Amino acid sequence: MIEQLTVLAKDDLPFPPSVEDFFLPAIYPWGEANSPWVTKFTVLIWLAVAALIAFFLLAYRKPKLVPTRGQWMAESVYGFARDNVAKEIIGHEGVRFAPYLATLFSFILLTNIFGIIPFIQISPMSHIAFPAFLAIISYVLYNAAGIKKHGFWRYLKSQTMPPAPKVLYPLLIPLEFFSNLVLRPFTLALRLFANMFAGHIILLVFTLSGFVLLASDNFFIKAMSPFAWLMAIILTLFELLVAVLQAYVFTLLTAVYVQTSIATDH
Amino acid sequence: MVNYAAEGGHNPVFPIWQEMVIGLIAFAVLCFVLMKFVFPRMEQTFQARVEAIEGGIKRAEAAQAEANQLLEQYKAQLAEARTEAAGIRDQARADAESIRADVLAKAREESDRVIAAGREQLTAERQSIVRELRGEVGGLAVELASRIVGEALADEARRRGTVERFISELEHAAPQSSGAR
Repeated sequence: MIEQLTVLAKDDLPFPPSVEDFFLPAIYPWGEANSPWVTKFTVLIWLAVAALIAFFLLAYRKPKLVPTRGQWMAESVYGFARDNVAKEIIGHEGVRFAPYLATLFSFILLTNIFGIIPFIQISPMSHIAFPAFLAIISYVLYNAAGIKKHGFWRYLKSQTMPPAPKVLYPLLIPLEFFSNLVLRPFTLALRLFANMFAGHIILLVFTLSGFVLLASDNFFIKAMSPFAWLMAIILTLFELLVAVLQAYVFTLLTAVYVQTSIATDH
Repeated sequence: MVNYAAEGGHNPVFPIWQEMVIGLIAFAVLCFVLMKFVFPRMEQTFQARVEAIEGGIKRAEAAQAEANQLLEQYKAQLAEARTEAAGIRDQARADAESIRADVLAKAREESDRVIAAGREQLTAERQSIVRELRGEVGGLAVELASRIVGEALADEARRRGTVERFISELEHAAPQSSGAR
């Protein structure tokens, strides 16, 4: 990194930001220098898990019929995933998927919001490994749900043979197979990853360009730097929106995929 | 850019498998805890809440039913009381009627009795008066006769005839009245 800075910016500024900004060295003294086991990203994942467990257990250690504020907050997260996602999309039998959807939603939401929390400032979801494993879990879940409901062959048929004229089948079957059974986890993972990755890049661009502008010899260019930081602040708020939205989209799409696999008629 | 080669470079779309392992384990822990200790309890709470509300509704319905039943009961009792009152009124009316008839009959009897007594008394008085009168008439006649006789002796023959007729009339009357007795 240090060498990179000398190459990239004459004023010791890592500008413009690059892909390498997303790959931080391992945290010492655990393991070797660039071991991916213990990095800021994995630590953030554990932090998110610990925070969520602590929040839910604390909020729900003594549930009451008339909830306290903490209990109400925990209930709204679950109630949102249960009623507004699971029941809304999947229908009445969607309630059994609600615990997974709620866990998924709260986990993605918190890790996304890490991207704009001071001193954390990066979302683990900007490493594709994390959206990818979530996408794999969702993929396994909705396929398993479909196979359990219809049986393997009937499920495969329902996912690949839409009600269409038979002449179109040579074209449709590969397309449907590809889009329903191959592409979905990739789009799911890539959408979340790309949003978080791009969000971090944008914040880096504006924050760092503020410093770069300030370091300029030209007074007018120097004077532009507060605007860059203002943009960084505005975009931070925008990132909050993106964080919530992407968590919602991931959860919602998982529910939609579950619904299409267990739907009785295609 | 040189460093890319030195570090082997990173491609952001290729996942680091170690991170996937960490992510899976961490997420599995999260899922386990939340799905075992939190969400089922939330479902229970939701259920309890629904039951509390439904129980409230049920209780209200039961109270309503009971109130309706009581109302019916009261209405029945009221109707019963009304018929009973009507019965009592009819009875009273009939009683009054019979009492009136009784009283009337008694009064009539009484008046009849009084009238009969009056009549009897009248008869008795009349008889005693008649008896008295008869005595007095005799006396008066004698007195009258003595006066007539004492004052006018002239025209004896005419007077004799008169007195004789009178006497004979008296004698006629006396056996008649004694026969009526």
